Amino acid sequence: MTWTNLQTALAAHDYVASNDLAVALHLALTLERPVLLEGAAGVGKTDVARTLSLAQDTQLIRLQCYEGLDASQAIYEWNYQRQLLTIRSAAEDGETGQSVEDRIFSRDFLLERPLLAAITQDKPPVLLIDEIDRADEEFEAYLLEVLSDYQVSVPELGTITATSKPIVVLTSNGTRDLSDALRRRCLYTYVDYPDRGTELAILKARCPDVEARLAEQIIGFVQKLREEELEKTPGIAEMLDFAGALMGLGIADLTDSPAVLHSTLTTLLKTQSDQAQVTPEVAARIAGKAA
Amino acid sequence: MSRVTRFAARDPGPAARVAGFIAHLRENGLRLGVAEADLSLTALAHVNAAQPEECRQVLRAVCTGCKDEAERFDALFDSFWMDAGRVKQRIIPKTQATLTDDVHSSRDGTGQDANASGTSTTPDAGEGDADSDGTGKLIATEQRNLSRRDLRDLVRAEEIAEAETVAHRIGAALRDKRARRRIAARKGDRLHFRKTIRRSLSTGGEPLRLLRKRRPDRTRKIVALCDVSGSMSVYAQVFLAFLAGLMRADKDADAYLFHTRLVRITEALRDKDAMRAIGRMSLMADGFGGGSKIGPSLQRFADTYAKRFVDGRSVVLILSDGCDTEPPQHLGAALAKLKKRGCKIIWLNPLKGWRGYAPVVGGMVSALPHLDLFKAANTLDDLAALETELVSL
Repeated sequence: MTWTNLQTALAAHDYVASNDLAVALHLALTLERPVLLEGAAGVGKTDVARTLSLAQDTQLIRLQCYEGLDASQAIYEWNYQRQLLTIRSAAEDGETGQSVEDRIFSRDFLLERPLLAAITQDKPPVLLIDEIDRADEEFEAYLLEVLSDYQVSVPELGTITATSKPIVVLTSNGTRDLSDALRRRCLYTYVDYPDRGTELAILKARCPDVEARLAEQIIGFVQKLREEELEKTPGIAEMLDFAGALMGLGIADLTDSPAVLHSTLTTLLKTQSDQAQVTPEVAARIAGKAA
Repeated sequence: MSRVTRFAARDPGPAARVAGFIAHLRENGLRLGVAEADLSLTALAHVNAAQPEECRQVLRAVCTGCKDEAERFDALFDSFWMDAGRVKQRIIPKTQATLTDDVHSSRDGTGQDANASGTSTTPDAGEGDADSDGTGKLIATEQRNLSRRDLRDLVRAEEIAEAETVAHRIGAALRDKRARRRIAARKGDRLHFRKTIRRSLSTGGEPLRLLRKRRPDRTRKIVALCDVSGSMSVYAQVFLAFLAGLMRADKDADAYLFHTRLVRITEALRDKDAMRAIGRMSLMADGFGGGSKIGPSLQRFADTYAKRFVDGRSVVLILSDGCDTEPPQHLGAALAKLKKRGCKIIWLNPLKGWRGYAPVVGGMVSALPHLDLFKAANTLDDLAALETELVSL
């Protein structure tokens, strides 16, 4: 399988990947390396992992990172309540000592969290570690260990080695610098806002019902809007929402009614100051330029 | 542009060329090791390596690690593989011969030598001609100083070590106790139920030992912006040493220089060798000692980097004299925007140490309402003295 095959496979599941991204993913698959995707919010970083799992016909295991995420939430945890109950009932039955301990520290009592789940699958799953920059640095270090050896050691059980190496996709919004060690371990791709042609292809793939003329206008409008000085630049998801809203309202031409256009801008502009900045006149001007 | 480099006949083969390319990237500041060279070769075997575009994409995925590097990669790739080297080489900031003592290049076979600054095909690469204007001015100037200045002349290694201790203390002073989640601690204020129950398993389910948790101390992130325009050049020595020390003392800190443009120097200053860090920084800071556009620089900061690196737990430290050539409202607007992110803003102005100084310059007046602290700082001792003020912030 070459990278163009992968690109086509992704396109079959309605994901239009740039060449850079397709090559990086292809390498991630063949070299069994994690791939780190960085880019602004809403450029389709998370979605590519989902589509990859569909294209590879495998499971998607997702780990959403957040500040304070620790090993017990990401890797494994013992089922304490159940262990406690077992101890109590064992005491009543007169069972003691080694046998109880063996029982409560067995795989039955282990709660698998995403990282452990990902390495114990029969078929290599896609492991999506989303927004890794939100997690603490300590967790990043722990993650490195799992990603380099593909094994997890549980003191009570011993080492659990991977039955299959997952396809690891990490995404980052760049809210902080990731460590060099993590960057070195990963293949890297910066995912940028798509160019006009690509975005048009995305819109056609996702909303096949949009007429060609309106689609051109929508893309032109959104691309022009991205050039404005906004606090939050609209991403692809916002563009699709915008297209959906226009379709729902039955608009055939953006320049027809400035008032309606302005009311649909709530799908694109997500802060108060951005909405104040793009007045109906500004919106109409941008729409006029894009048309 | 699309002409592929013709390698010398004695060139030993693709492996050596890739190794040469990695060395070329390394000399241009990308941190790559043997493992990457190995991986690059393996990766190239998986695509059609005869296609330049595919090679470019593969090597970019393997060799780059952040956005800045990815942006620079194209030029570096062209200069090595596409025979644009003689033209491109001049644009790319190069480390100087003294800085690359530890790098052993195997690039002889390629017939290019990246160590030579200014070749016969780049006649205007000489250092002397642009030097004559724009140094040592104590007023804000419109000029952009294009001459490159080696900041290592300004800063000594001992000063960095000294600054490091100061930065350590300032970092400690800014320590913040606002963490929301509790973590296990011996002297905690609350019981850690999960741990207690887990421990109680060893005593048959009876919680004999009670474990505790508490809110941990959280460090604040320091973001330092240093003005290196002509009017600030006399203070540059202190401030640059401080920046270098700060970056070494605090691994979360972030540093920027600005004059007529804004440059992020965090990556460069992270270098393990203090003097090499300063060297790398001076390569990036061309325009040092030129004009000052404080407002637009800060505005650019607020629009780009601040969105990623500044949050409610940050302290933005601005080291500048406030002599701006641009209209003052720029500065006010930029600071207002920055302030909205919830950070604290500290402005250290060397002029404030002068007797009779009052912040009446347009820029400073519009900045004042947004500042949490406005202090004088001319020397390292002044910076060290800030410690007490920062605690109360």
